[in-house]
Amino acid sequence: MKGYELGETAVGAAVGGERAVWAPHESLLGWVASVDHKQIGIMYMVAAFAFFGLGGIEALLLRIQLAVPHNNFLSPETFNELFTMHGTTMIFLVAMPLLTGFTVYLVPLMIGARDMAFPRLNAMSFWLQVFGGVMLYFSFFARGAPNAGWFSYAPLSESAYSFGSGQDYWILSLLVMGIGTVAGAINVIATVATLRVRAMTMRRLPLFVWMTFVNSFLMLMALPILNAALVMLLIDRQLHAHFFTPASGGSAILWQHYFWGFGHPEVYIVILPAFGMISEIIPVFARKPIFGYEFVAASTVAIAFLSFAVWAHHMFAVGLSDVFNLFFAVASMSIAVPTGVKVFNWTATLYGGRLRFTTAMMFALAFLVMFTIGGLSGVSFAVVPIDWQLTDTYYLVAHLHYVFFGGTVLASFAGIYYWFPKLTGRMLSESLGKWHFWLSFIGLNLTFFVQHVLGMMGMPRRVFTYPDLPYWGALNMLSTVGAFVLLAAVVVFAWNLGVSLKHGEEAGDNPWDAWTLEWATSSPPPVDNFTRVPPVRGRRPLWDLAHPELADELQGRAA
Amino acid sequence: MTALDTLNPMSPLAAAIAKLFAAVLVILGLIFALVAVLVVFAIVRYRERPGAQLPRQILGSDRLEIVWTAIPILLLAVIFVFTVKVMHAASPSAASRSPDLLVVGHQWWWEVNYLKSGVVTANELHLPIGQRVLIRLESADVIHDFWVPRLGRKLDAIPGHPGYLWLEADAPGVYLGACAEFCGAEHAWMRFEVVAQPPAQFAAWEQAQLAVPPVPRPAPALAGRKLFVARTCVNCHRFAGTSADRHVGPDLTHLADRRMLAGGAVANTPSTLAQWLKDPNSIKPDSHMPNFQLSDAEVAELAAYLESTK
Repeated sequence: MKGYELGETAVGAAVGGERAVWAPHESLLGWVASVDHKQIGIMYMVAAFAFFGLGGIEALLLRIQLAVPHNNFLSPETFNELFTMHGTTMIFLVAMPLLTGFTVYLVPLMIGARDMAFPRLNAMSFWLQVFGGVMLYFSFFARGAPNAGWFSYAPLSESAYSFGSGQDYWILSLLVMGIGTVAGAINVIATVATLRVRAMTMRRLPLFVWMTFVNSFLMLMALPILNAALVMLLIDRQLHAHFFTPASGGSAILWQHYFWGFGHPEVYIVILPAFGMISEIIPVFARKPIFGYEFVAASTVAIAFLSFAVWAHHMFAVGLSDVFNLFFAVASMSIAVPTGVKVFNWTATLYGGRLRFTTAMMFALAFLVMFTIGGLSGVSFAVVPIDWQLTDTYYLVAHLHYVFFGGTVLASFAGIYYWFPKLTGRMLSESLGKWHFWLSFIGLNLTFFVQHVLGMMGMPRRVFTYPDLPYWGALNMLSTVGAFVLLAAVVVFAWNLGVSLKHGEEAGDNPWDAWTLEWATSSPPPVDNFTRVPPVRGRRPLWDLAHPELADELQGRAA
Repeated sequence: MTALDTLNPMSPLAAAIAKLFAAVLVILGLIFALVAVLVVFAIVRYRERPGAQLPRQILGSDRLEIVWTAIPILLLAVIFVFTVKVMHAASPSAASRSPDLLVVGHQWWWEVNYLKSGVVTANELHLPIGQRVLIRLESADVIHDFWVPRLGRKLDAIPGHPGYLWLEADAPGVYLGACAEFCGAEHAWMRFEVVAQPPAQFAAWEQAQLAVPPVPRPAPALAGRKLFVARTCVNCHRFAGTSADRHVGPDLTHLADRRMLAGGAVANTPSTLAQWLKDPNSIKPDSHMPNFQLSDAEVAELAAYLESTK
């Protein structure tokens, strides 16, 4: 650990004696009992990767069933269980914990703090996440998994139509995880608000921290809507209330308002931290600061506000009034503007740069183009009449996978290649990384691009099989082949993780010449993160140290 | 292209949407091409070359930010104006008149009632061409969604919340429809067909549907009729001219005239009908039609009866 002459502040300076207390525990108990944000962050990511495997296997089974028309590889009930579990798993047990893992690992390091504001609460959030996930999967052994979809529309999710206990496990596990997520959001907000190192003003905050900070407000406001609705559904199912049962005076539409009131902010919850990672990675490998820092940060705030006013674009087919639909059409179109601002700023960052095509950068660039496809196809759903044709078809399946796979997953792969050296002290293999990248890129487009076409041909989503109409079989077969290419990509990735963890090249403190504070400490960082935090005089403290003549503060714009 | 149903409309309602969709696809495609070209150009032009200097540290440009904020806003404003126009063209207000048809979604079939003539059928909706009919859409259980891509928008069938939907076809033909909202185990086989006919043919079809079939003469069909009335069939189905008058399952009076069975799972032939009666799960697992453990002879008799109205 190098010392910095100009150390303005020293969070870690007084804690030499405490190191013994907080010393890292490498034993299993050490991990289980840990309240260290780095161990918890890694555990979040490991748990997410395990569930990614399960969710991926579910997806492959679904794709095998859909490979040919009139297939009976899976029964309809099994198919419905698997797509319900696939969606629920990928959203709640993969995307959210993976991004939360990045957040709790990186945020304290990036702001020069020793840990989260509430380390024990951090551990509680993580273990609630694990228990929620285990409870959801336990349903397979308890009279069957839930099968009403990850959106669980009432009254199909009510006891009259879903009489197994799977639906109750679904409700309870989401509730448990939802409580943990709310606690985690409070933790991140408190951390960023109070634990920034001196001179790390909000205008100097790394964009990843900006986005996870804004994201935490989204979680804080969106998850309680879901939690409340889940409790109402549980009361309906177990105590025979009538919130969502039209047959006895309840409202089927009310559930949709609640679910999407949560569900659309949720879409941003699982993409904003990805935006944050891209905003860190692209500048480092372009050797330039992010283009339009203020606009990238402000557009995140705009997205967060707007995300609470767009939920009913999921409900254009319900048949609500034109005025109602148009309000949500305007809001949904508006949200494309700040998203576009981000894409253009990332692209502009490349211009005039000196691009280094590491695997992390390749994933980040692929994200830029693939997410643009998902973002643009999303605009079609804001145009109400087009939505009337395309909602609940495979066009929508294609759209959401370009957002989640082309967006969140590619950005997370970029983030893993980028921060793995910090987490473990070793580099991931770049040659395996290139294989991983190209297989992912080809697999993604092969699997999901053709689904746009299937949707335009009229194939509804969530069908366990389909009639043998012209091209339907061929396009579905292509999509299934693509899914297996993605399987190969993930296998290469897992192999890379395993091999590199043991035999990877030593990383050193700052293998990428990056400039945010996490690179100012050893890899992996000591338990108290920093002995001394370097001075913060701009947005890129380590750049300023290395290139004082090119420091951001001399450029006139950066605060 | 002809297989792209949503871009291959067969009614003014669907045509309005298809035109807008095609235009929006072109706009989105151009924006994508712009981003892709910019990224690819940067990848080629700005790749690291040995001995290169540190790049100039550019922090941003307010002018560019204004450009790429303002242009999308203008573009979206234009799209919004067409959105409003096409909404009215593709889904005009239904307040002005009473519905012609009542369509009810059931797990997993569609009940179709012609409110003026009294015809009741299932999974096959006949339509006179060139006439716009108003459908009142209901659900008997969970949420379904009525969608015929070539004829227009989709609309959810929500219990407790009836919806209204216009349907029209320009030319004679069979147009495929499907349930587009996940509704349980057999969502996939909740398909239906819209058969558009010249008005005269449609009137003839309607007359034929209204006919009450006479008691069949041949022995197997007659035996089948006795079975039908004696067994639990009557608890769920309707068959004109018998005591069976329930609407839990499809009206079977003119089943023999329909093109498909079991929500589109199989074509309607004597052998598939027999298989359906023998073991419904073999065609449509988890369907609400029970397996009555009928003997082969009973199956043959029942099938003969159901076919006798042809």
